[in-house]
Amino acid sequence: MLSKGLFKKPKNELEAQHRTKRKTDPVIPSELCRSCPSCKQLSFTSDLENNFHVCPKCGHHFRINARQRLNMIIDPDTFVEQHHELSSSNRLAFPGYDEKLEQATLFSHENEGVIIGTAKISDHKVALFVMEATFMMGSMGQVVGEKITLIFEYALKHRLPVIGYTVSGGARMQEGMLALMQMAKTSGAIKRHSDAGLLYLAILTDPTTGGVTASFAMEGDIILAEPEALIAFAGPRVIEQTIRQRLPKGFQRAEFLLEKGFVDAIVPRSIQKETIKRLLTLHGIPKGGDQNGSI
Amino acid sequence: MEAYKRVALARKKSRPTGQDFIDNLFTDFIELHGDRCFGDDPAIITGLGLLLDMPVTVIAQERGKTTKSRIKRNFGSAHPEGYRKALRQMQLAEKFNRPIVCLIDTSGAFCGIGAEERGQGHAIAQNLMEMMGLKVPILSIIIGEGGSGGALALGVADEVWMLENAIYSVISPEGCASILWKDASKTKEAANCLKLTAQDLLELQVVDKIISENHRDFKNVYRELKIGLYKSFQKNQALEPDQLTQNRYQRFRKYGAIESRSE
Repeated sequence: MLSKGLFKKPKNELEAQHRTKRKTDPVIPSELCRSCPSCKQLSFTSDLENNFHVCPKCGHHFRINARQRLNMIIDPDTFVEQHHELSSSNRLAFPGYDEKLEQATLFSHENEGVIIGTAKISDHKVALFVMEATFMMGSMGQVVGEKITLIFEYALKHRLPVIGYTVSGGARMQEGMLALMQMAKTSGAIKRHSDAGLLYLAILTDPTTGGVTASFAMEGDIILAEPEALIAFAGPRVIEQTIRQRLPKGFQRAEFLLEKGFVDAIVPRSIQKETIKRLLTLHGIPKGGDQNGSI
Repeated sequence: MEAYKRVALARKKSRPTGQDFIDNLFTDFIELHGDRCFGDDPAIITGLGLLLDMPVTVIAQERGKTTKSRIKRNFGSAHPEGYRKALRQMQLAEKFNRPIVCLIDTSGAFCGIGAEERGQGHAIAQNLMEMMGLKVPILSIIIGEGGSGGALALGVADEVWMLENAIYSVISPEGCASILWKDASKTKEAANCLKLTAQDLLELQVVDKIISENHRDFKNVYRELKIGLYKSFQKNQALEPDQLTQNRYQRFRKYGAIESRSE
């Protein structure tokens, strides 16, 4: 499996590193290489970082966190975060939920499964939400629902378009019906934003499922998807258990949804910023305003 | 009563289904079929009827009573065309200024290849969004099992009522036990934790009213519902349409809102 080409590049890289760092302690990144889950080829972490975390060999999009995503599409240092402080409480006293929240906070370095705020994209002012997969698989509880509602309400008040990145396992069952109600709540906020003639651009990433698919992910005026992202209401395992059949290859992947007419386009990471910029321009979203993106 | 006992009662085969409620609540009912896009979904019955002297649009999930009818109704699990049919009828109700009654009884929206291909998530999402803006009164009643998104797709209403032995849950207790604890025998524990009974949900303000039931005889239930629906529609029809949708928005806006948070 380890091909000749594999050793060629790292050698150079290491040598280069060695030469410059010789006088100080050698710095070797803890994770020098990553194997692509799709083509199994190894790539340097640094190469991946320079390539939008996309496998240079097969184009597989690695899962990335919300802030990495944000930095790929916005103008540098323009993000003004809102309601970062909101974190969940265990209102139903669901067993084990407190521990899960604690672990998720440590693991993801975020307070909840979504970050919201304003920023500039090629100088266009926008409101944004970006979901965070490492926080309990981006599941939607009351805080996620509240933050998404808040950003749509803010965008309505300031007449801004909303750009939203989804990644989610669905409604968070530890919050019971209060989690399900977030589907209705967010849909209501999007409806108001939409009725005011404002643009909502949804970008679905791997995986977007369950209650998020059945609410704000599918309510965009324009819905884009990342290549090969799993986009489903019921996940493939649930369906296989229900119908007791193997599912066809590519079922519920972004390309499948494009074919069935449920997404507008599949946009690889390398051209996402350009695509968003073009769509904003075509919708007449104004440019300019103050530097830090706040209104 | 233990939560799981309610789950069993809500799913009991002898429990009246959507069609029974239609027969007992409305007169001159006419069923109207089809979503005008793909087909007709027998898991959801839609039509028009008279509530006393008031024409209303009726949308009811139907599980079926006999094995044959259960198969025909897909055990009450709707496909996207079912939700699209419901939305079409709701939009007609708005056009002709008729109130809408939704009767919810489903274990969930169907999970299958066809349902996914035709956009189950999209169909539910559209209902949530459009119901939020409909300018006629909507009242949803959980009559049996309210299974997650498939139930909520008919549950964005001015008021949500629930029968005493009905349940309404983000996930089935079986699903919760197997996903969270990888142990199907913990179903009863899951039922308790999920807070899915009418009493729990009244406390959480997810539902506005509990209809008490004597489950041998539903006559009292039907009588209470008929009068209750009529009064509620009269009250809400008197509101300005913008006020009505504003109230509906606020009804759902309150869940997990910052003001009510403890910290």
